[in-house]
Amino acid sequence: MIVRISGEGQYKLPDEDAGRLNELDNRAVAAVEQGDETGFRELWSQMLEIVASDGNALPEDELVESDVILPPRDISFNEAKGEFNGEGLIPD
Amino acid sequence: MPGLAGRMSTVVKAKISRMLDRAEDPGETLDYGYQKQVELLQNVKKGIADVVTSKKRLQMQTQKLEQQVVKLDTQARQALAQGREDLARTALERKTLAQTEMQSLDQQVKELEQQQEQLTANEQRLRQKIEQFRTKKEVIKAQYSAAEAQVRISEAANGVGEEMADLGLAMQRAEDKTETMRARASAVEELEKAGAFDDITALGSGEDDIDRQLSELTSGVQVDDELAKMKAELGSGGGDSPALEQGEEKA
Repeated sequence: MIVRISGEGQYKLPDEDAGRLNELDNRAVAAVEQGDETGFRELWSQMLEIVASDGNALPEDELVESDVILPPRDISFNEAKGEFNGEGLIPD
Repeated sequence: MPGLAGRMSTVVKAKISRMLDRAEDPGETLDYGYQKQVELLQNVKKGIADVVTSKKRLQMQTQKLEQQVVKLDTQARQALAQGREDLARTALERKTLAQTEMQSLDQQVKELEQQQEQLTANEQRLRQKIEQFRTKKEVIKAQYSAAEAQVRISEAANGVGEEMADLGLAMQRAEDKTETMRARASAVEELEKAGAFDDITALGSGEDDIDRQLSELTSGVQVDDELAKMKAELGSGGGDSPALEQGEEKA
C-alpha cells in the first residue's frame, strides 16, 4: 500500500502494515479524545516508525494516489484534534 | 485490507476531488494542473519569501538581545562592585528575561529554516511530477485503447492532484506558522519599546513599573543564584558572607 507523509512524500509499504497502522490510528484517536498528548505523541511516533522501517520511497516517476495520508511529521496536538477524530485517518 | 484506497477522508482528499471534479477529461486535468502549478509556484515563492523575512527579523532580534545580555551582565557586576545590590538585581532580572526570549527566538529561527527547506523540496517534487505526467500521458495514449488510456491517465492525474493538494496544505501551514511568529516578534518588540531590556543606567531611583513586572516575569531563584555567584566572584565586596544556599530549593 502507498502511504504519504504530508509534506514529505509517498512510501510503498507491505499491505500487512495496514492493520498495524489502523490499530495505532484508532488508539491515537482515543488518546486525542482524552486530551492525552503524551500518549498521542508515543502512538504517532510508532506510526512514523512503521513507515520509516518498512517503507520505500516511491520513485519520482510513479504517479499514484495514496491509500493513507498521514499528517505532517511535526503535527501539533491542536492540529491532531482535526485529523485524529471519528474513524481516524484509516476508516475501520 | 483491500480497498483502503478511495475510502480515505482527509482534508487533502477533499481538496483533490474538488479539483478533479472540475475537469472531465485528463487533458483538461493537465491544463488545469499547469494553471494550478503556476498559481502554486507564485504562492510558494511568496511563502518562502515570507518565511525568510520572518526569519531575518527574528535573527536581528536575537542579535540585539544577545548584546543586551552581555551589557546587562557587565552592569550587574559594576553595580555590585559599587555595593548597589538593588541595581544589580534589576540588571540580572532583565538579563534573565532577555536570555529566555533569546532561546525562544533561536528555536523559532530553526523551525523557520526547516520550513523553508521543506517548502523548496516540495515545490521541486511537484514540478517533477507534473513533468512526469506530461510524458506519461502521451505514452499511455500510444499504448492503450482510448477507454483504457482514459482510466490510466485519470489515475496518474489523481497522483499529481494529491501532490498538488499536499503542497497547498504545506503552504497553508507555513503561512499560519509565520503568522504566529510575526505576532511573537511584535510582542518582543513591544517589550523592548517598554524598556524591558534597557540600560539600567537609564533608570531613575527606586522601582518603577517595569521593574515590578520584571520581578514577576523572571524566576527569583535564578536571579538569586546568579547574584550570589557574582558576589562570590567579586569577593563579596566586604567580607560578610552572603547566604549562598538560599536559592538552592528547586521548584
